Amino acid sequence: MDWQALRLSVWLALATALILLPLGVLAGRWLAGSRHPLRPLAEALLALPLVLPPTVLGYYLLVAMGGASPLGQLYQQLTGQTLAFSFSGLLLASLIFNIPFALMPMQRAFEAIPAELYDAARSCGLSPWRTLWHIELPLAWRGILSGLIMTAAHTLGEFGVVLMVGGSIPGETKTIAISIYDRVQGFDMQAAGLMSATLLTVSLATLLSTAWLTRRRGPGPRG
Amino acid sequence: MNLPLFQTLFQTLARRLFGILAAVLLMPAQAQPTIAAASDLKFALDEIAAAFQASSGQAVKLVYGSSGNFYRQIAQGAPFELFLSADEDFVFKLADQGLTPDRGRLYAIGRIVLFIPKGSPVPVDTAFEPQLVQLRRALGEGRVLKFAIANPDHAPYGRAAMEALKSLDLWAAIQPRLVLGENVSQAAQFAVSGSTQAGIFAYSLALAPQFSRAGNAVLIPETLHQPLRQRMVLTRKAGAVAEAFHAYLQQPAARAVFVRHGFALPGER
Repeated sequence: MDWQALRLSVWLALATALILLPLGVLAGRWLAGSRHPLRPLAEALLALPLVLPPTVLGYYLLVAMGGASPLGQLYQQLTGQTLAFSFSGLLLASLIFNIPFALMPMQRAFEAIPAELYDAARSCGLSPWRTLWHIELPLAWRGILSGLIMTAAHTLGEFGVVLMVGGSIPGETKTIAISIYDRVQGFDMQAAGLMSATLLTVSLATLLSTAWLTRRRGPGPRG
Repeated sequence: MNLPLFQTLFQTLARRLFGILAAVLLMPAQAQPTIAAASDLKFALDEIAAAFQASSGQAVKLVYGSSGNFYRQIAQGAPFELFLSADEDFVFKLADQGLTPDRGRLYAIGRIVLFIPKGSPVPVDTAFEPQLVQLRRALGEGRVLKFAIANPDHAPYGRAAMEALKSLDLWAAIQPRLVLGENVSQAAQFAVSGSTQAGIFAYSLALAPQFSRAGNAVLIPETLHQPLRQRMVLTRKAGAVAEAFHAYLQQPAARAVFVRHGFALPGER
Protein backbone atom coordinates (compact mmCIF):
# COMPACT_ATOMS: atom_id res chain seq x y z
CA MET A 1 0.00 0.00 0.00
CA ASP A 2 1.50 3.28 -1.15
CA TRP A 3 0.35 5.68 1.61
CA GLN A 4 2.52 8.47 0.26
CA ALA A 5 0.73 8.31 -3.10
CA LEU A 6 -2.69 8.22 -1.44
CA ARG A 7 -1.78 11.21 0.75
CA LEU A 8 -0.55 13.10 -2.31
CA SER A 9 -3.76 12.33 -4.21
CA VAL A 10 -5.98 13.45 -1.33
CA TRP A 11 -3.94 16.64 -0.91
CA LEU A 12 -4.16 17.35 -4.66
CA ALA A 13 -7.92 16.72 -4.62
CA LEU A 14 -8.49 19.07 -1.65
CA ALA A 15 -6.30 21.84 -3.10
CA THR A 16 -8.01 21.60 -6.48
CA ALA A 17 -11.50 21.70 -4.99
CA LEU A 18 -10.75 24.62 -2.63
CA ILE A 19 -9.13 26.75 -5.34
CA LEU A 20 -11.97 26.06 -7.76
CA LEU A 21 -14.65 26.89 -5.12
CA PRO A 22 -14.55 30.72 -5.38
CA LEU A 23 -13.79 30.63 -9.10
CA GLY A 24 -16.67 28.22 -9.74
CA VAL A 25 -19.13 30.27 -7.68
CA LEU A 26 -18.25 33.53 -9.44
CA ALA A 27 -18.11 32.05 -12.94
CA GLY A 28 -21.21 29.90 -12.40
CA ARG A 29 -23.18 32.90 -11.16
CA TRP A 30 -22.05 35.04 -14.07
CA LEU A 31 -22.88 32.37 -16.66
CA ALA A 32 -26.29 31.72 -15.07
CA GLY A 33 -27.32 35.36 -15.25
CA SER A 34 -25.51 36.59 -18.30
CA ARG A 35 -27.09 37.44 -21.66
CA HIS A 36 -23.71 38.37 -23.10
CA PRO A 37 -23.28 37.36 -26.77
CA LEU A 38 -19.99 35.62 -25.92
CA ARG A 39 -21.58 33.48 -23.22
CA PRO A 40 -22.06 30.36 -25.42
CA LEU A 41 -18.39 30.54 -26.44
CA ALA A 42 -17.28 30.90 -22.82
CA GLU A 43 -19.46 27.95 -21.83
CA ALA A 44 -18.07 25.81 -24.62
CA LEU A 45 -14.45 26.66 -23.76
CA LEU A 46 -14.96 25.93 -20.07
CA ALA A 47 -16.66 22.59 -20.86
CA LEU A 48 -13.86 21.44 -23.20
CA PRO A 49 -11.97 19.35 -20.59
CA LEU A 50 -15.13 17.24 -20.29
CA VAL A 51 -14.97 16.00 -23.88
CA LEU A 52 -11.27 16.21 -24.76
CA PRO A 53 -9.24 13.04 -24.27
CA PRO A 54 -6.91 13.46 -21.26
CA THR A 55 -4.01 12.80 -23.64
CA VAL A 56 -4.88 15.95 -25.63
CA LEU A 57 -4.94 18.03 -22.46
CA GLY A 58 -1.76 16.31 -21.32
CA TYR A 59 -0.03 17.08 -24.57
CA TYR A 60 -0.87 20.79 -24.47
CA LEU A 61 0.03 21.05 -20.79
CA LEU A 62 3.37 19.32 -21.37
CA VAL A 63 4.19 21.78 -24.14
CA ALA A 64 2.90 24.78 -22.17
CA MET A 65 4.77 23.93 -18.97
CA GLY A 66 8.02 22.64 -20.53
CA GLY A 67 11.35 24.36 -20.02
CA ALA A 68 11.19 25.74 -23.56
CA SER A 69 7.83 27.53 -23.05
CA PRO A 70 7.47 31.09 -21.70
CA LEU A 71 5.37 29.86 -18.77
CA GLY A 72 7.91 27.15 -17.91
CA GLN A 73 10.79 29.61 -18.10
CA LEU A 74 9.02 32.24 -16.04
CA TYR A 75 8.22 29.71 -13.33
CA GLN A 76 11.80 28.44 -13.31
CA GLN A 77 13.17 31.97 -12.96
CA LEU A 78 10.80 32.78 -10.12
CA THR A 79 11.15 29.58 -8.11
CA GLY A 80 14.30 27.84 -9.36
CA GLN A 81 12.16 24.73 -9.92
CA THR A 82 10.71 23.25 -13.09
CA LEU A 83 6.93 23.53 -13.53
CA ALA A 84 6.56 20.28 -15.46
CA PHE A 85 7.13 17.24 -13.20
CA SER A 86 6.30 19.20 -10.02
CA PHE A 87 3.34 19.31 -7.64
CA SER A 88 2.59 22.89 -8.76
CA GLY A 89 2.46 21.77 -12.38
CA LEU A 90 0.21 18.88 -11.45
CA LEU A 91 -2.08 21.22 -9.49
CA LEU A 92 -2.28 23.60 -12.47
CA ALA A 93 -3.18 20.66 -14.74
CA SER A 94 -5.69 19.43 -12.20
CA LEU A 95 -7.35 22.87 -11.97
CA ILE A 96 -7.76 23.03 -15.73
CA PHE A 97 -9.17 19.57 -16.30
CA ASN A 98 -11.59 19.99 -13.38
CA ILE A 99 -13.18 23.29 -14.43
CA PRO A 100 -16.35 21.73 -15.88
CA PHE A 101 -16.77 19.35 -12.94
CA ALA A 102 -16.79 22.26 -10.51
CA LEU A 103 -18.55 24.80 -12.70
CA MET A 104 -21.46 22.88 -14.20
CA PRO A 105 -23.29 21.86 -10.99
CA MET A 106 -22.72 25.36 -9.56
CA GLN A 107 -24.07 27.07 -12.69
CA ARG A 108 -27.18 24.82 -12.72
CA ALA A 109 -27.79 25.67 -9.06
CA PHE A 110 -27.68 29.44 -9.76
CA GLU A 111 -29.88 29.02 -12.84
CA ALA A 112 -32.52 27.32 -10.68
CA ILE A 113 -33.00 30.45 -8.55
CA PRO A 114 -36.17 32.23 -9.77
CA ALA A 115 -35.63 35.66 -11.35
CA GLU A 116 -38.31 37.20 -9.10
CA LEU A 117 -36.10 36.63 -6.09
CA TYR A 118 -33.39 38.78 -7.63
CA ASP A 119 -35.99 41.48 -8.39
CA ALA A 120 -37.24 41.31 -4.82
CA ALA A 121 -33.72 41.55 -3.44
CA ARG A 122 -32.97 44.57 -5.61
CA SER A 123 -36.18 46.34 -4.63
CA CYS A 124 -35.26 45.78 -0.98
CA GLY A 125 -32.02 47.59 -1.66
CA LEU A 126 -29.71 44.60 -1.14
CA SER A 127 -26.22 44.99 -2.62
CA PRO A 128 -25.05 42.26 -5.02
CA TRP A 129 -22.67 41.00 -2.34
CA ARG A 130 -25.45 40.71 0.27
CA THR A 131 -27.74 39.11 -2.35
CA LEU A 132 -25.08 36.45 -2.94
CA TRP A 133 -24.58 35.87 0.76
CA HIS A 134 -28.20 35.96 2.00
CA ILE A 135 -30.26 34.79 -1.01
CA GLU A 136 -28.20 32.88 -3.54
CA LEU A 137 -25.80 30.81 -1.43
CA PRO A 138 -28.53 29.48 0.90
CA LEU A 139 -30.44 28.33 -2.20
CA ALA A 140 -27.52 27.10 -4.31
CA TRP A 141 -25.32 25.40 -1.70
CA ARG A 142 -26.30 21.88 -2.75
CA GLY A 143 -25.05 22.47 -6.29
CA ILE A 144 -21.89 24.12 -4.98
CA LEU A 145 -21.18 21.21 -2.65
CA SER A 146 -21.82 18.71 -5.46
CA GLY A 147 -19.37 20.61 -7.65
CA LEU A 148 -16.74 20.51 -4.92
CA ILE A 149 -17.12 16.82 -4.27
CA MET A 150 -17.24 15.89 -7.97
CA THR A 151 -14.02 17.85 -8.44
CA ALA A 152 -12.28 16.12 -5.55
CA ALA A 153 -13.47 12.65 -6.62
CA HIS A 154 -12.48 13.27 -10.24
CA THR A 155 -9.01 14.42 -9.18
CA LEU A 156 -8.51 11.25 -7.14
CA GLY A 157 -9.25 9.18 -10.23
CA GLU A 158 -7.45 11.21 -12.90
CA PHE A 159 -4.84 9.18 -14.74
CA GLY A 160 -4.18 10.21 -18.34
CA VAL A 161 -3.13 13.80 -17.76
CA VAL A 162 -0.97 12.86 -14.76
CA LEU A 163 0.73 10.08 -16.72
CA MET A 164 1.67 12.58 -19.41
CA VAL A 165 2.87 15.53 -17.31
CA GLY A 166 3.79 13.90 -13.97
CA GLY A 167 6.91 11.75 -14.32
CA SER A 168 5.92 9.47 -11.39
CA ILE A 169 8.02 11.24 -8.75
CA PRO A 170 7.28 9.81 -5.27
CA GLY A 171 5.75 12.45 -2.98
CA GLU A 172 5.62 15.01 -5.78
CA THR A 173 3.67 13.70 -8.80
CA LYS A 174 3.14 9.98 -8.14
CA THR A 175 -0.60 9.89 -7.43
CA ILE A 176 -2.48 6.82 -6.27
CA ALA A 177 -3.74 6.12 -9.81
CA ILE A 178 -0.17 6.21 -11.17
CA SER A 179 1.05 4.07 -8.30
CA ILE A 180 -1.55 1.43 -9.15
CA TYR A 181 -0.46 1.47 -12.79
CA ASP A 182 3.21 1.15 -11.78
CA ARG A 183 2.44 -1.79 -9.50
CA VAL A 184 0.58 -3.59 -12.32
CA GLN A 185 3.50 -2.88 -14.66
CA GLY A 186 5.84 -4.31 -12.03
CA PHE A 187 3.70 -7.50 -11.74
CA ASP A 188 2.82 -6.68 -8.14
CA MET A 189 -0.88 -7.52 -8.49
CA GLN A 190 -1.44 -7.82 -4.74
CA ALA A 191 -0.43 -4.21 -4.01
CA ALA A 192 -2.37 -3.01 -7.07
CA GLY A 193 -5.44 -4.89 -5.89
CA LEU A 194 -5.21 -3.47 -2.38
CA MET A 195 -4.81 0.11 -3.60
CA SER A 196 -7.62 -0.31 -6.15
CA ALA A 197 -9.95 -1.56 -3.44
CA THR A 198 -8.99 1.41 -1.24
CA LEU A 199 -9.70 3.88 -4.03
CA LEU A 200 -13.01 2.15 -4.81
CA THR A 201 -14.07 2.43 -1.17
CA VAL A 202 -13.02 6.08 -0.87
CA SER A 203 -14.85 6.99 -4.11
CA LEU A 204 -18.03 5.20 -3.10
CA ALA A 205 -17.95 6.78 0.37
CA THR A 206 -17.47 10.21 -1.21
CA LEU A 207 -20.47 9.84 -3.52
CA LEU A 208 -22.67 8.39 -0.77
CA SER A 209 -21.78 11.22 1.58
CA THR A 210 -22.68 13.77 -1.11
CA ALA A 211 -26.06 12.15 -1.55
CA TRP A 212 -26.57 12.18 2.21
CA LEU A 213 -25.41 15.78 2.70
CA THR A 214 -27.50 17.21 -0.14
CA ARG A 215 -30.64 15.15 0.46
CA ARG A 216 -33.77 17.25 0.76
CA ARG A 217 -35.66 17.00 4.01
CA GLY A 218 -39.41 16.74 3.65
CA PRO A 219 -41.51 17.83 0.67
CA GLY A 220 -40.94 21.21 -0.87
CA PRO A 221 -40.82 22.92 -4.22
CA ARG A 222 -37.02 23.14 -4.26
CA GLY A 223 -34.10 24.30 -2.22
CA MET B 1 -47.71 -6.72 -44.39
CA ASN B 2 -46.05 -9.89 -45.64
CA LEU B 3 -44.05 -10.84 -42.60
CA PRO B 4 -42.17 -13.96 -43.83
CA LEU B 5 -41.03 -12.14 -46.99
CA PHE B 6 -39.90 -9.18 -44.89
CA GLN B 7 -37.98 -11.51 -42.60
CA THR B 8 -36.25 -13.24 -45.51
CA LEU B 9 -35.33 -9.92 -47.06
CA PHE B 10 -34.01 -8.64 -43.77
CA GLN B 11 -32.00 -11.80 -43.18
CA THR B 12 -30.47 -11.67 -46.66
CA LEU B 13 -29.58 -8.04 -46.21
CA ALA B 14 -28.08 -8.65 -42.77
CA ARG B 15 -26.04 -11.58 -44.05
CA ARG B 16 -24.72 -9.51 -46.96
CA LEU B 17 -23.79 -6.64 -44.69
CA PHE B 18 -22.15 -8.97 -42.23
CA GLY B 19 -20.20 -10.62 -45.06
CA ILE B 20 -18.92 -7.29 -46.34
CA LEU B 21 -18.05 -6.14 -42.84
CA ALA B 22 -16.23 -9.37 -42.05
CA ALA B 23 -14.32 -9.18 -45.32
CA VAL B 24 -13.27 -5.60 -44.67
CA LEU B 25 -12.24 -6.31 -41.10
CA LEU B 26 -10.56 -9.67 -41.53
CA MET B 27 -8.85 -9.43 -44.93
CA PRO B 28 -5.91 -7.26 -43.96
CA ALA B 29 -5.59 -9.03 -40.63
CA GLN B 30 -5.18 -12.37 -42.38
CA ALA B 31 -2.67 -11.00 -44.84
CA GLN B 32 -0.56 -9.02 -42.37
CA PRO B 33 0.65 -10.63 -39.17
CA THR B 34 0.71 -8.38 -36.10
CA ILE B 35 4.07 -8.12 -34.41
CA ALA B 36 4.67 -6.83 -30.88
CA ALA B 37 7.95 -4.98 -30.42
CA ALA B 38 9.63 -3.16 -27.54
CA SER B 39 9.53 0.62 -28.01
CA ASP B 40 13.34 0.97 -28.24
CA LEU B 41 13.08 -0.84 -31.61
CA LYS B 42 10.82 1.78 -33.19
CA PHE B 43 13.23 3.28 -35.70
CA ALA B 44 15.28 0.15 -36.49
CA LEU B 45 12.28 -2.10 -37.00
CA ASP B 46 10.34 0.37 -39.16
CA GLU B 47 13.30 0.32 -41.50
CA ILE B 48 13.69 -3.47 -41.45
CA ALA B 49 9.97 -3.99 -42.09
CA ALA B 50 10.11 -1.63 -45.09
CA ALA B 51 13.10 -3.53 -46.50
CA PHE B 52 11.31 -6.85 -45.86
CA GLN B 53 8.27 -5.60 -47.74
CA ALA B 54 10.41 -4.39 -50.64
CA SER B 55 12.21 -7.70 -50.98
CA SER B 56 9.37 -10.15 -50.28
CA GLY B 57 6.25 -8.18 -51.21
CA GLN B 58 4.75 -9.08 -47.81
CA ALA B 59 3.83 -6.61 -45.11
CA VAL B 60 3.77 -6.90 -41.34
CA LYS B 61 1.90 -4.77 -38.82
CA LEU B 62 4.17 -3.44 -36.07
CA VAL B 63 2.88 -2.48 -32.63
CA TYR B 64 5.34 -0.79 -30.26
CA GLY B 65 4.98 -0.73 -26.51
CA SER B 66 6.37 -1.93 -23.21
CA SER B 67 7.64 -5.53 -23.19
CA GLY B 68 5.91 -6.23 -19.88
CA ASN B 69 2.55 -5.16 -21.31
CA PHE B 70 3.04 -7.34 -24.38
CA TYR B 71 4.00 -10.29 -22.19
CA ARG B 72 0.75 -9.86 -20.24
CA GLN B 73 -1.31 -9.49 -23.40
CA ILE B 74 0.20 -12.55 -25.11
CA ALA B 75 -0.31 -14.61 -21.94
CA GLN B 76 -4.00 -13.52 -22.13
CA GLY B 77 -4.29 -14.67 -25.75
CA ALA B 78 -3.51 -11.50 -27.74
CA PRO B 79 -3.15 -12.26 -31.48
CA PHE B 80 0.53 -11.36 -31.84
CA GLU B 81 2.50 -13.75 -34.07
CA LEU B 82 5.98 -12.57 -33.17
CA PHE B 83 7.21 -10.85 -30.00
CA LEU B 84 10.45 -8.84 -29.88
CA SER B 85 11.10 -8.19 -26.21
CA ALA B 86 13.56 -5.72 -24.68
CA ASP B 87 14.03 -8.15 -21.80
CA GLU B 88 14.59 -11.84 -22.41
CA ASP B 89 12.91 -12.85 -19.15
CA PHE B 90 9.47 -12.13 -20.63
CA VAL B 91 10.22 -14.52 -23.50
CA PHE B 92 11.33 -17.21 -21.07
CA LYS B 93 8.16 -16.73 -19.01
CA LEU B 94 5.98 -17.22 -22.11
CA ALA B 95 7.99 -20.30 -23.07
CA ASP B 96 7.60 -21.73 -19.56
CA GLN B 97 3.82 -21.41 -19.96
CA GLY B 98 3.93 -23.29 -23.25
CA LEU B 99 2.73 -20.29 -25.26
CA THR B 100 5.68 -20.42 -27.68
CA PRO B 101 7.12 -23.36 -29.59
CA ASP B 102 10.67 -22.67 -28.31
CA ARG B 103 12.67 -20.33 -26.04
CA GLY B 104 13.32 -17.82 -28.83
CA ARG B 105 16.62 -16.31 -29.85
CA LEU B 106 18.70 -13.27 -28.99
CA TYR B 107 18.59 -10.65 -31.72
CA ALA B 108 20.28 -7.59 -30.18
CA ILE B 109 21.97 -6.17 -27.11
CA GLY B 110 20.69 -2.72 -26.10
CA ARG B 111 22.97 0.13 -25.11
CA ILE B 112 22.21 3.25 -23.07
CA VAL B 113 23.34 6.87 -23.41
CA LEU B 114 23.75 9.84 -21.12
CA PHE B 115 21.79 12.61 -22.81
CA ILE B 116 22.15 16.39 -22.25
CA PRO B 117 19.38 18.40 -23.93
CA LYS B 118 20.04 21.70 -25.69
CA GLY B 119 19.77 24.60 -23.25
CA SER B 120 20.79 22.48 -20.27
CA PRO B 121 23.14 24.16 -17.75
CA VAL B 122 25.35 21.04 -18.02
CA PRO B 123 28.15 21.75 -20.54
CA VAL B 124 28.31 19.06 -23.22
CA ASP B 125 31.25 16.92 -24.25
CA THR B 126 31.53 14.29 -26.96
CA ALA B 127 33.27 11.66 -24.82
CA PHE B 128 31.80 9.82 -21.84
CA GLU B 129 34.44 10.52 -19.17
CA PRO B 130 34.63 14.32 -19.62
CA GLN B 131 30.83 14.46 -19.93
CA LEU B 132 30.58 12.63 -16.61
CA VAL B 133 32.92 15.16 -15.01
CA GLN B 134 30.65 17.97 -16.23
CA LEU B 135 27.57 16.19 -14.91
CA ARG B 136 29.15 15.64 -11.48
CA ARG B 137 30.15 19.29 -11.28
CA ALA B 138 26.66 20.49 -12.31
CA LEU B 139 25.08 18.15 -9.75
CA GLY B 140 27.40 19.45 -7.05
CA GLU B 141 26.45 23.03 -7.86
CA GLY B 142 22.73 22.21 -7.87
CA ARG B 143 22.28 23.00 -11.54
CA VAL B 144 20.59 19.67 -12.34
CA LEU B 145 16.97 19.97 -11.18
CA LYS B 146 15.47 16.99 -12.96
CA PHE B 147 16.99 13.84 -14.46
CA ALA B 148 14.91 11.54 -16.71
CA ILE B 149 15.11 7.74 -16.82
CA ALA B 150 12.54 5.00 -17.47
CA ASN B 151 10.90 3.52 -14.37
CA PRO B 152 13.46 0.99 -13.02
CA ASP B 153 10.70 -1.00 -11.31
CA HIS B 154 9.46 -2.39 -14.60
CA ALA B 155 11.27 -0.92 -17.62
CA PRO B 156 14.49 -2.79 -18.62
CA TYR B 157 16.17 0.43 -19.76
CA GLY B 158 15.25 2.10 -16.50
CA ARG B 159 16.85 -0.76 -14.60
CA ALA B 160 20.05 -0.45 -16.68
CA ALA B 161 20.09 3.32 -16.08
CA MET B 162 19.76 2.77 -12.33
CA GLU B 163 22.56 0.18 -12.36
CA ALA B 164 24.84 2.53 -14.29
CA LEU B 165 24.13 5.43 -11.91
CA LYS B 166 24.83 3.16 -8.94
CA SER B 167 28.10 1.94 -10.52
CA LEU B 168 29.10 5.58 -10.94
CA ASP B 169 28.17 6.44 -7.34
CA LEU B 170 25.68 9.00 -8.64
CA TRP B 171 22.47 7.29 -7.53
CA ALA B 172 22.20 9.03 -4.15
CA ALA B 173 22.69 12.46 -5.74
CA ILE B 174 20.34 11.86 -8.67
CA GLN B 175 17.54 9.84 -7.09
CA PRO B 176 15.77 12.88 -5.53
CA ARG B 177 15.84 14.54 -8.96
CA LEU B 178 14.49 11.63 -10.98
CA VAL B 179 11.59 11.96 -13.40
CA LEU B 180 10.39 8.48 -14.33
CA GLY B 181 9.12 7.66 -17.80
CA GLU B 182 6.50 4.95 -18.05
CA ASN B 183 8.68 3.32 -20.71
CA VAL B 184 11.98 4.21 -22.38
CA SER B 185 10.32 6.31 -25.12
CA GLN B 186 8.59 8.50 -22.56
CA ALA B 187 11.87 8.86 -20.64
CA ALA B 188 13.52 10.02 -23.87
CA GLN B 189 10.60 12.39 -24.50
CA PHE B 190 10.98 13.86 -21.00
CA ALA B 191 14.75 14.23 -21.50
CA VAL B 192 14.40 16.20 -24.74
CA SER B 193 11.41 18.28 -23.58
CA GLY B 194 13.71 20.88 -22.01
CA SER B 195 12.09 20.32 -18.61
CA THR B 196 14.96 18.08 -17.47
CA GLN B 197 18.66 18.92 -17.54
CA ALA B 198 19.84 15.38 -18.37
CA GLY B 199 18.64 11.81 -18.80
CA ILE B 200 19.55 8.24 -19.62
CA PHE B 201 17.74 6.28 -22.33
CA ALA B 202 18.27 3.89 -25.24
CA TYR B 203 21.07 4.54 -27.70
CA SER B 204 18.72 3.37 -30.48
CA LEU B 205 16.39 6.29 -29.74
CA ALA B 206 19.21 8.82 -29.27
CA LEU B 207 20.41 8.12 -32.82
CA ALA B 208 17.04 9.05 -34.35
CA PRO B 209 17.04 12.58 -35.82
CA GLN B 210 14.25 13.93 -33.58
CA PHE B 211 16.37 13.10 -30.51
CA SER B 212 19.89 13.70 -31.87
CA ARG B 213 18.78 17.20 -32.97
CA ALA B 214 17.57 17.99 -29.46
CA GLY B 215 20.83 17.50 -27.59
CA ASN B 216 24.05 15.59 -27.06
CA ALA B 217 24.32 11.88 -26.26
CA VAL B 218 27.36 9.92 -25.06
CA LEU B 219 27.40 6.13 -24.92
CA ILE B 220 27.61 4.65 -21.41
CA PRO B 221 30.17 1.81 -21.11
CA GLU B 222 28.56 -1.65 -21.13
CA THR B 223 30.54 -2.65 -18.06
CA LEU B 224 28.48 -0.28 -15.86
CA HIS B 225 25.23 -2.24 -16.11
CA GLN B 226 23.80 -5.70 -16.75
CA PRO B 227 23.50 -6.38 -20.49
CA LEU B 228 20.11 -5.56 -22.03
CA ARG B 229 19.63 -8.92 -23.74
CA GLN B 230 16.79 -8.60 -26.24
CA ARG B 231 15.14 -11.83 -27.28
CA MET B 232 12.43 -12.56 -29.85
CA VAL B 233 10.08 -15.49 -30.13
CA LEU B 234 7.37 -16.71 -32.50
CA THR B 235 4.10 -17.45 -30.74
CA ARG B 236 1.94 -20.48 -31.41
CA LYS B 237 -0.25 -18.22 -33.58
CA ALA B 238 2.56 -17.50 -36.07
CA GLY B 239 1.75 -17.91 -39.77
CA ALA B 240 3.99 -18.12 -42.82
CA VAL B 241 4.57 -14.35 -43.14
CA ALA B 242 5.56 -13.98 -39.49
CA GLU B 243 7.96 -16.90 -39.88
CA ALA B 244 9.48 -15.33 -42.99
CA PHE B 245 9.94 -12.01 -41.15
CA HIS B 246 11.47 -13.83 -38.19
CA ALA B 247 13.98 -15.47 -40.56
CA TYR B 248 14.61 -12.13 -42.29
CA LEU B 249 15.49 -10.50 -38.94
CA GLN B 250 18.46 -12.88 -38.69
CA GLN B 251 19.79 -12.08 -42.18
CA PRO B 252 22.92 -9.89 -42.54
CA ALA B 253 20.84 -7.04 -44.06
CA ALA B 254 18.56 -6.80 -41.02
CA ARG B 255 21.44 -7.23 -38.58
CA ALA B 256 23.26 -4.36 -40.26
CA VAL B 257 20.20 -2.14 -39.62
CA PHE B 258 20.24 -3.08 -35.92
CA VAL B 259 23.92 -2.13 -35.72
CA ARG B 260 23.31 1.16 -37.51
CA HIS B 261 20.60 1.98 -34.97
CA GLY B 262 22.92 1.50 -32.03
CA PHE B 263 22.37 -2.12 -31.03
CA ALA B 264 25.19 -4.56 -30.40
CA LEU B 265 24.74 -8.00 -31.93
CA PRO B 266 24.70 -11.08 -29.76
CA GLY B 267 27.79 -13.23 -30.06
CA GLU B 268 25.81 -16.43 -29.75
CA ARG B 269 23.24 -17.28 -32.38
